[in-house]
Amino acid sequence: MSLKFPIYMDNHATTPMDPRVLEAMLPYFTEHYGNAASRSHRFGWVAEEAVGYAREQIATLIGADKPEEIIFTSGATESNNLAIKGVAEFYRDKGNHIITTKIEHKAVLDTCKRLEKEGYEVTYLDVGPEGVVSVDDVRAAMTDKTILVSVMLANNEVGTIQPLKEIGALCKERGVIFHTDAVQGIGKTEFNVKEMGVDLASITAHKIYGPKGVGALYVRRARPRVRLTAQIDGGGHERGNRSGTLNVPGIVGFGKACEILNKEWREESKRVKALRDRLKDKLFAELDECHINGAWDDARRLPNNLNCSFSYVEGEGLMMAIKDVAVSSGSACTSSSLEPSYVLRALGVEEELAHTSIRFGLGRFTTEEEVDYVAKLVVDKVKKLRDLSPLYEMAREGVNLKDIVWAAH
Amino acid sequence: MAYSEKVIEHAENPRNVGTLDKEDPNVGTGLVGAPACGDVMRLQIKVSDAGVIEDAKFKTFGCGSAIASSSLATEWLKGRTLDEASEIRNTDIVKELNLPPVKIHCSVLAEDAIKSAIEDFRKKQSAKRGA
Repeated sequence: MSLKFPIYMDNHATTPMDPRVLEAMLPYFTEHYGNAASRSHRFGWVAEEAVGYAREQIATLIGADKPEEIIFTSGATESNNLAIKGVAEFYRDKGNHIITTKIEHKAVLDTCKRLEKEGYEVTYLDVGPEGVVSVDDVRAAMTDKTILVSVMLANNEVGTIQPLKEIGALCKERGVIFHTDAVQGIGKTEFNVKEMGVDLASITAHKIYGPKGVGALYVRRARPRVRLTAQIDGGGHERGNRSGTLNVPGIVGFGKACEILNKEWREESKRVKALRDRLKDKLFAELDECHINGAWDDARRLPNNLNCSFSYVEGEGLMMAIKDVAVSSGSACTSSSLEPSYVLRALGVEEELAHTSIRFGLGRFTTEEEVDYVAKLVVDKVKKLRDLSPLYEMAREGVNLKDIVWAAH
Repeated sequence: MAYSEKVIEHAENPRNVGTLDKEDPNVGTGLVGAPACGDVMRLQIKVSDAGVIEDAKFKTFGCGSAIASSSLATEWLKGRTLDEASEIRNTDIVKELNLPPVKIHCSVLAEDAIKSAIEDFRKKQSAKRGA
């Protein structure tokens, strides 16, 4: 098989859609186009039935008791907003304190910041160099005003897996609602809302080979029953939790994507991990001064993630040199703010190294041939860029770069 | 962000990469930027006794635009007198490479590197005369 360019290794950002998902969706655009809220005719019934089936497929994947615990949204950003703002508002009389971590997605962090402006108090926990939050830190942060803990299943940049089961047990013990942004971990690592004591979980279709524009929020309905204040008002869809006409084709695809994962994720994760390890081994065998960012053991890192820093080579410069390969970088130059990744900074990665980080995200459609090509290309280009790097030359000459007084600019 | 063709061309085929002997009294070295900010440029010029830049070399740690800006600067420096060299403005580099606003700091850094190399050379010369 010949390689097709560009090569996609940015599966944390989004995933291509599985053709099986597309096939399941197609009839719902042109044939079964009814509004799932139309109760008076066949078009509506067919759409409603399809939505109900998708709810079951999703509920099964995450171990939810009932399909009604799945609320459809436009994506995980909306799910995170609804979970956090919805709980904060509904339980305002109980308390005003929220606990989260410094490495959450912006959809969680910025929602929390908004709530701070409205009088809530938020604790943003550190994670340490491993990129994993400590359960003891969560416990220590709890007060009698704590109403919600929000900790992600896995981090989108460094792929580190958080101890949800332990945090879930702690939250149960203290009667605190537990939300997780499960977007990155679903279908790559164990996730079960019942076993992990999760009360609310945000998920999205486009990270699991489904379509963009559709997500869900799992909301526990028993032991405890979690209540939310709706953030979007209108026709009272989704039991009043989220108004708006349902995206039926998207939901059908979301369901199908979950059904596929339910059958295949364990095998798939094994295969992807072998490819990821192959990539890492090849890079580290040929290049000196590469550093893994975050924990590397299987229990604490997603099988598809490789986030590493190639010292003395700026990340965006490297991405440009490998422009036939789609990856991402924690380098400042890739963001409009010119600040390096806040996640890497939270891990205590020095700014110098944060600028040299590259995130590889492998996926269902990554091939061994692609991995070998990318490994060779990255090795060649890192070597070439190091020849071009004054820092590499100085380091080789024994200059301690930390002794130099650099002019910040 | 999409890069301009000129940036890509320079980044893929950087001109005048290398190192001149920084102890040579005819060589001026400028080292600007900071690793923590994500870009460091080292630009060196070798000046003839007639005051003309006969060689220029650079090494840059940075994004494609930073590499391209310094590569272009070395091209422009060769054959110029020091006074002509100090007339190079970052805006000239922005124009030549079609740098977008978020990359203007790369051109500023290149201008700083030129100035800093000239200053280093002049310092060395006056030290030599003083000795």
